[in-house]
Amino acid sequence: MAKTSTAPATKSANVANGGKVDASTPTQVTFLEAIKQAMYEEMERDPSVVVIGEDVGVYGGAFKTSEGLLAKFGWERVIDTPISESAIIGAACGMSYLGLRPICEMQFIDFIVCAFNQLTNFVAKGHYLWNAPAPIVVRGPSGGGVHGGPFHSANPEMYFVHTPGLKVIYPSTPYDAKGLLKAAVRDNNPVLFFEHKYLYRRIKEELPAEDYTVPIGKAAVRREGKHLTILSYAAMMHNSLEAAETLAKEGIEIEVIDLRTLLPLDEETILKSVKKTNRVLVVHEDTKTGGIAGEIAAILCEKAFGDLDGPVFRVTALDTPVPYSPPLEEHFLPNTDKIMHAARELAKY
Amino acid sequence: MTVSQATRLLTGDRMKNVELSRQQHLDLYYHMRLNRAVEDTMVKLFRQNKIVGGLYSSLGQEAVSVGTASALEKKDWLAPMIRNIGALLVKGVPPRDIFTQHMAKYTSPTLGKDGTSHFGDLEDLHIVSPISMLGDLIPVMTGVAMAGRYLGQKIVAMTWIGDGGSSTGVFHEGLNFAATQKAPFVLVLENNGWAYSTPVKRQVPIENLADRAKAYGIDSYIVDGNDVADVYTTAKEAVDRARNGEGPILIEAKTFRRMGHAQHDPAEYVPKDMRAYWEARDPILLHEQFLTEKGYLDDKTKKEIETKLDALLSKDRDFAENSPMPPPELAEKGVYCTGDDCHKIVPRWERDKTEVMPPKASIDASWAVEGFGRGKGSGGGTAPIHFGDTAQSQERKAVEEKLSPETPEEVVTEEVIQAAPSAAAKSKNGASKRPAGKAAGATKAKPIARGTAKVAVKPAAKSAAKLKPAARPAKKPVAKSAAKKGRR
Repeated sequence: MAKTSTAPATKSANVANGGKVDASTPTQVTFLEAIKQAMYEEMERDPSVVVIGEDVGVYGGAFKTSEGLLAKFGWERVIDTPISESAIIGAACGMSYLGLRPICEMQFIDFIVCAFNQLTNFVAKGHYLWNAPAPIVVRGPSGGGVHGGPFHSANPEMYFVHTPGLKVIYPSTPYDAKGLLKAAVRDNNPVLFFEHKYLYRRIKEELPAEDYTVPIGKAAVRREGKHLTILSYAAMMHNSLEAAETLAKEGIEIEVIDLRTLLPLDEETILKSVKKTNRVLVVHEDTKTGGIAGEIAAILCEKAFGDLDGPVFRVTALDTPVPYSPPLEEHFLPNTDKIMHAARELAKY
Repeated sequence: MTVSQATRLLTGDRMKNVELSRQQHLDLYYHMRLNRAVEDTMVKLFRQNKIVGGLYSSLGQEAVSVGTASALEKKDWLAPMIRNIGALLVKGVPPRDIFTQHMAKYTSPTLGKDGTSHFGDLEDLHIVSPISMLGDLIPVMTGVAMAGRYLGQKIVAMTWIGDGGSSTGVFHEGLNFAATQKAPFVLVLENNGWAYSTPVKRQVPIENLADRAKAYGIDSYIVDGNDVADVYTTAKEAVDRARNGEGPILIEAKTFRRMGHAQHDPAEYVPKDMRAYWEARDPILLHEQFLTEKGYLDDKTKKEIETKLDALLSKDRDFAENSPMPPPELAEKGVYCTGDDCHKIVPRWERDKTEVMPPKASIDASWAVEGFGRGKGSGGGTAPIHFGDTAQSQERKAVEEKLSPETPEEVVTEEVIQAAPSAAAKSKNGASKRPAGKAAGATKAKPIARGTAKVAVKPAAKSAAKLKPAARPAKKPVAKSAAKKGRR
C-alpha cells in the first residue's frame, strides 16, 4: 500500500570493487555508503567532478564518506584543504566557472555558516545577477541525537531555504541520498545537501545496480492514509513513520510525506495530500521559529485554507541551541511520542 | 616612507630591467586615458542624475588597473574590484557596458540587475564579477586558477584587493589556500591609503602590506602604483612566474584614492599635503612626461588618441542614454539556471582526460604514515566515525568482549556489521578478504516501518542481536558512544 521512492531492489553496486556489481552478493547499503557510491560513480562518469574539503583525501573524511576516493582518483580530484570553509566554497565556485563540478564537503554542516557570505552572496546570486551558474554541491553531516553538542548537531537548512538561488536537499533513505546526490552533481545550480548523521549507519537499503537519479524538488509519499498528513524529512521522517504505524492500530490512518527537497518545495504533492486528509502536522528536527513548518503553514493558508479541518500542527525541536547532555538533548529533540501526541490531538478536529 | 623608498623594497628582488617598446608604452597610456575618460563621462552622467546608484572613482589609480591587467593574456582570468574599471577596459570590455551598468539599463551586461563594475563574462573575456563583500574573490580566483591547471590550460588568474579588504578573514583563507595549492594566481593589493575614511596606519600595524606574503610562504613585490611601466613590468614578471608554477604572488601597489569613497563623500579626512603630494604624481601625467621625453608621444599622436577616445565615448554614451530600462517583470526571472541553454560552460580540456581518470589517476597518498590505512580507523563500512555511530561502536565493543582475544579483528567486525561495500576492500589491509554478503546473518534488520520495506535498520541497542527501529527511542537515551569524540 505504501508508495516509496525505492526502485525495485537489484544488486548493489559498490565502491570496494570499483563500482562493479558482484551478482552473487546483493548488499544492503548504509546511508553513508550510498553517499560514497554517489560520489564515486559521478567521479568515474565525469572527469569534471572533483571533491574538495577538510580531511577528505588521505583520511577519507571524518565520516569516511570519501574513503578510497583519493587512492582511486588522485590528489587533483580529491582535494584536502586547510580549515577554511569560505575558501572551500569560493574555490569550488571558481572551479565551476571553468566547467568543473565540485562537491564540497563541510566536515560538519554546522561549519557551513563559516562560508555563509560566500554561499549566500556570491554563489547563490551569480546566475540571477550576471548569468554565472555555479554548479557546485555542498554536502555534509547534519542533525542531532548523537550527542555532538551545540556545534556538531545543527540543522541549518532554513538559513539557505531563505536564499533564492540555492537548492536545498535533505534526504532520509540511502536510495534517495544516492539518487539525489547524483542529481545534485548534475544540476546546474548550487545545491546544498544535508546528510543526517544519525542515519549514516542506522539504516540500510538495497540499491539498484544501474545508474539512477532522484528528481530534485519532488516529495515522496512514504505511507498513504486518510485521516491526517504528516510532512517531514530526514531523521524525523522515520519517527513519523513509526508514529503512523502505531497510530494505525488506534484507527488513525496517517499519510506520511517525505519532503526530500526543501527548496524548491513540492507544493503539488503537499496540496494533493491535504485535499485528501484535511489535517496537517509538520515534523522537523530544526528549531521551531522560522522552520519550514511555518512556511508550509503559510502556504496552506494561502492555497488550501478551504481544505483544512483544523490548525496546522508543528512538532519540532525547541527554540534553543542543541544541548549536549543526553537528557537535555532528548528533551530538546522531537521524538515519536511527541509526534503521536500531536497527531492524536489533530485527529480530533 | 615615500613611495620611491618603498618601491626599492622588492621582496623577491627579481625585477628584470625590462625595456618596453614604444607601442607597449603607448598602449598603457591609451588605456589609462580611456579609463579616465570613461570615469569623467560618468561623473557628468552622475551629476545629471543619470546614474541611479553609487559611483566609485579610481581617479589617480589608473596605472594600477591598467598596468596589472595588461600583463594578462587573452585566455587568462581576472576579477576586478569596484574601482578597477581600467582592468575591464584592458580586458576588452567596451565603455558602453560600463555606462549601461551604472545607468541600470536593460542593455547592460546584467540587464539592470546589478550596477557598477559588478558584471562578468565567463565564456569570452574570462571576467568574474565582483561582489561588495571584499575578499570573496580571492578564493574564487584561486579556484579558477586551480581549475585552469587541472584542465591543462596554463592560465593565470588575477584579482585585486584594497588595503581595507586585506583585513577580511577570507583574504587570509583565500591566500593561504592559494599558497598551499601553489595556484597560478596573482593578487594585486592596491594600497590607496584609505578604507573609506580609515587610513592604513589605523587598519594595520605594518608599513608594507606586501610583508604579509611572508606569512603565506609566497613571494611579493612592492611597486609604485602611479608608475604604469613599473606596475606593468612587475605584474608581467609575476604573471609569468605564476604561469610557470611559482605562484601565487602578491603585488602591493602603493597609490592614492584621490576622490572620496564614492561621489557623496568629499573625503575631508584626507590631509591636504597628502592629497597635494599625490595629485602632483598623477599617473597619466607622469607617463605622459616620460613618453614625451622619450620621444614616444608628440602632439599629433596625442591628438589622435583624444579624437579616438571622444568618438568612442560619445557613441557609447549615446547608446547607453538611449537604452531602455528593464521591464519590471525581469525582476522575477533568472534566479535559477533552468532549461538547456542556461549553462553553456563545457570544460575546455587541454590535457588528456585519461590522466585524471582511473586507472591512470590512481596515486599513492600524498603523505603516508607506516601502518596508516590498516588500523581500526580504516575499513570502510566499519571504521569509527566522528559522531553518529553509537550503535556501531557499542555493538563492536560488545562482540569484542564476547569473543576470545585471539579472534582476528576482521572476523569480529564481520560477525557484527553487515559488510557494507566499501573502500576497505580496496585498501591493502586484511579486511579486503572479508566476504561481502556473508556477514549479514548476525544483523538481519527489520524494516523501519511498514511501507518502507526496502529500508532496513541498524539498531541503537547495546546488543547486536536485539533490533529496534531506527527511529529515535521516545525517552531512552541512546547509549554513549565509544567512538572517538575529538572535536575540532
